Amino acid sequence: MKSLLKATVAALAFAAAGSAAQAADVKACFIYVGPVGDFGWSYQHDQGRLAVEEHFGDKVETAYLESVPEGPDAERAIERFAREGCNVIFTTSFGYMNPTIKVAKKFPDVKFEHATGYKTADNVATYNSKFHQGRYIIGQIAAKQSKSGVAGYIASFPIPEVVSGINAFLLGAQSVNPDFKLKVVWVNTWFDPGKEADAAKALIDQGADIITQHTDSTAPLQVAQERGVHGFGQASDMVNFAKDAQYTAIIDDWAPYYIHRVQDVLDGKWESGSSWEGLAEGHVVMAPYTNLPADVVEMAKATEAKIKDGWEPFTGPITKQDGSVAAEDGVRLDDGAILGMNWYVQGIDDKLPQ
Amino acid sequence: MFEAVLLTVITAATPLLIAALGELVVERSGVLNLGVEGMMIMGAVVGFAVANQTGSGFLGVVAAVGAGMAMSALFGFLVLVLVTNQVATGLALTILGIGFSGMIGEAFIGVPGLKIPELYIPVLSDIPFIGPVFFQQDAIVYLSFALVAAVAYFLFRTRLGLVLRAVGDNHGSAHALGYSVIRIRFAAVLFGGACAGLAGAYMSLAYTPQWVENMTAGRGWIALALVVFSSWLPLRVVVGAYLFGAVSVLNLHAQAVELDIPSQLLSSLPYLATILVLVLISANRRLTLVNTPACLGKPFVPDR
Repeated sequence: MKSLLKATVAALAFAAAGSAAQAADVKACFIYVGPVGDFGWSYQHDQGRLAVEEHFGDKVETAYLESVPEGPDAERAIERFAREGCNVIFTTSFGYMNPTIKVAKKFPDVKFEHATGYKTADNVATYNSKFHQGRYIIGQIAAKQSKSGVAGYIASFPIPEVVSGINAFLLGAQSVNPDFKLKVVWVNTWFDPGKEADAAKALIDQGADIITQHTDSTAPLQVAQERGVHGFGQASDMVNFAKDAQYTAIIDDWAPYYIHRVQDVLDGKWESGSSWEGLAEGHVVMAPYTNLPADVVEMAKATEAKIKDGWEPFTGPITKQDGSVAAEDGVRLDDGAILGMNWYVQGIDDKLPQ
Repeated sequence: MFEAVLLTVITAATPLLIAALGELVVERSGVLNLGVEGMMIMGAVVGFAVANQTGSGFLGVVAAVGAGMAMSALFGFLVLVLVTNQVATGLALTILGIGFSGMIGEAFIGVPGLKIPELYIPVLSDIPFIGPVFFQQDAIVYLSFALVAAVAYFLFRTRLGLVLRAVGDNHGSAHALGYSVIRIRFAAVLFGGACAGLAGAYMSLAYTPQWVENMTAGRGWIALALVVFSSWLPLRVVVGAYLFGAVSVLNLHAQAVELDIPSQLLSSLPYLATILVLVLISANRRLTLVNTPACLGKPFVPDR
């Protein structure tokens, strides 16, 4: 409905502008799973879209649909964009994978880009970011800063990306303090500020003095601020919500990728592929380190530099929760193993929901 | 520890309690307003915006109540004056509220909020255990306690409350006796809107002081279910709201102490509890009919 209102406003504005507007060379369209105002996942994708508009000016026209549910509605939305003359369509949630592939078959001349999926086609590319690299760094910071030796993790859904995030965080923490403990609470939602806040309170009440989240609102950090503990921003720099509580944030920066891909479409050089970049390419960015002693900042920056140089946090020795070996000393997990991760590393007391 | 859990239960339950109390009065007058979620989210955004602009939490709360009332006035005009379908109009009100709040709130995304202060009641708040839980809350929590008492008293101990219930039970007779059905229903609808707006303000100014789209996350719908759950009795709304808050908070605590129960099951417990109670209530038909407003959802068109 909101999109409809906005579209109406946009249409009126367009009518007012009359034929003064020149036709753009490329139309790039975006489909978001949440509202652009979530200040999390969809917000960051939309920042990427705005960066495209700013970068290309009149040459590129953009459009978006927000709060599109995953499933049949997504297929209609994607198809609508394809019919409306979009040259490239970015579908930005895991659940859009099959609808994207289906619509792409019907429109071979339109380019499709699916975020976080694994199915590609001649006109369908996939892209994702190595968020776990940032989570390894915040794990190290957590272990250095925690007095209780216990961190709380607010997790959304037991999908590989979230699981690998939990594992990367604990591996980072264990590299500093091998006995570091992690409490995991699953809230089964991407976005419910109230519930996320309650989860943060529960974790703090049970002894965690560092709060981490893989959900999209700023509520857990606000609770941390109120209770005098610390935490990390998710997707966006949330320092304004928790001036004393935020140590840093893992920022999703989609702008470089979107600009690069739209440029390819403009140049007629677009090809299908799978992009999965991280800190080194600027797709994952660490927010400024705050509220931290100098030596911890130094450690975090050193790890950041090491990862940018090509080191991978999922490098052995890694032991699974059940005691079996996931990676021998010095062996690096391959991309497939990280992207499909469905096991915990040793040291997490929680049982992974199946 | 137990004290801390109780504190979170109260904050989780308060928005549900306030919104459900308002809707209870609306439904007692015979009107079904499914737009609670929409009025709540409007209350949340307007409350946040005004508090942010004026720097006053109090003005924010007042504005949120006003926004809820404005939304409900629109609803009242449509269903009571133009006699539109109540279910469809209520749903439309929710959709309008979610969309419109997103537009208003655009400028406030990523802006830190203002939290209304906690009021410590002297002496009482020093009582061990009970003090911190019940007497170190923010003003809206106290207001919610007062609202329960006021609504219960109004409905069952005042003449006007009797009239309101009569209008909900048999609008034809009430009209014949000379009561203005439309006017009474409009007042009830406005009260419901004010409560929903207040519940929204609690979300954006006390529970999680911030504005993000869709931040009420379906709580308006839970409030609607609570009214049925309570079989239209104010004190049972309290029980329902606190039960709901307790189950959802305990779920999180159970996970943090590593109880070996699937989190998905725990997350669904409040909803399962609601369904269970609905089934139990519905099983006893006599019990259900005693309190259900007989004219609930039926339009009233006075003969001229």
